[in-house]
Amino acid sequence: MSLNLPPRLAEIVSDFAECEGREKLELLLDYARRFPPLPADFNADEQAEDVPECMTPVRMSAKLVNGRLNFVFDVPAESPTVRGYAMIIMEGLNNTTPEEVLSIPAEFYLQMGLQDVLTAQRLNGMAAILAHVKRRAAEALEKAD
Amino acid sequence: MAEYAHPEFLVETEWVAQHLDDPNVRIVESNEDALLYDTGHIPGAVRVDWFTTLQHPVRRDFLTKEEFEALCSSLGISNDTTVVFYGDKSNWFAVYAFWLFEYYGHEKRKVMNGGRARWVAENRPLTTEVPSYPPTVYHAKEPDASIRAFRDDVMRHIQERLPLVDVRSPKEFSGELLHMPGYPQEGAQRGGHIPGAVNIPWAQAVDEDGRFKSPEALRELYQSRGITPDKDIIAYCRIGERSSHTWFVLKYLLGYPKVRNYDGSWTEWGNLVGAPIEKGEGSSAS
Repeated sequence: MSLNLPPRLAEIVSDFAECEGREKLELLLDYARRFPPLPADFNADEQAEDVPECMTPVRMSAKLVNGRLNFVFDVPAESPTVRGYAMIIMEGLNNTTPEEVLSIPAEFYLQMGLQDVLTAQRLNGMAAILAHVKRRAAEALEKAD
Repeated sequence: MAEYAHPEFLVETEWVAQHLDDPNVRIVESNEDALLYDTGHIPGAVRVDWFTTLQHPVRRDFLTKEEFEALCSSLGISNDTTVVFYGDKSNWFAVYAFWLFEYYGHEKRKVMNGGRARWVAENRPLTTEVPSYPPTVYHAKEPDASIRAFRDDVMRHIQERLPLVDVRSPKEFSGELLHMPGYPQEGAQRGGHIPGAVNIPWAQAVDEDGRFKSPEALRELYQSRGITPDKDIIAYCRIGERSSHTWFVLKYLLGYPKVRNYDGSWTEWGNLVGAPIEKGEGSSAS
């Protein structure tokens, strides 16, 4: 795999790539099931967008501690697909630097092959989450300057 | 309180709870979220998926008649089975499945009022056990063209100045957004709406608990905007799923005799060379 990904995220992507068909969905469901309860001190960043009708409302916060980012997501239980995406991002990107996050290719997730079992439309959630995360990483860099 | 026009097409959760073991009833979950069924569903319920089981695998269309027959057979649905649809997000995709079953002539169809969220809120049972039913021999009818509009029908509709309901969000209607927020791959080359359409977002037909609003409230919602039962009406949205929800409300809850769903919707119209488009808020009432 030639993508420039943080090590844990690279592992996750390759785990998905190695699964066939229905197994990919089972794996995504595993991530959704491990989605952690919201921490008591969770505060969605004020920039977190309130998403209009139809789309799953996703809220998130990003904290920069000693130059490393930590992301926390709030996704409703009735959206396990989006929970799975958020869990992959949380696990794959926690304790990474803003530079690492910004260097992730926008369509890194196509390597996972989920579009074959979910259809391309359903990957929009992943694209949206990655875009949010990158925006926070860029803000963190600006503040650090 | 006045009744809905065709209450036999709507059931409450309690009715479903009492028919879990009824061999003449098949409960079908149809969700926007692809994994939700796997996390737990109504005991005995089978799954259909809008993207992966109800659409034609190659061209933009629904399953063919033969494929639809094979689907019903695999779900243990026979021609006289009562099929009850429910799903996430106020039955958004459940009603789309209901519409497709009507398209192929399945007679006994019901929507579970309030959808999956209400079943869960009432702490009713869920299971992850996936049922399997003996295959049936299913005979679909020829597609019912009276509930489906194609682009040429829409073009004629505009020329004759007949009413269209655009059920998308206000910013999609005005043309400010080319796609639904968060769904960039379902965009179009051009933004706006079909000339003359009125904007009544689909979700205005449901209450906070996901159940349909009262007949009085629904009548007021549509009639105050010129969408009246004496007219020939076409509903559309982006890919035809939100508008099937409005189609259901107009046809079955309010009893409008002539309502069609334009499933090509904005992803077709907004990409169609030469098609007339109106921008901005449009006429809010007629």
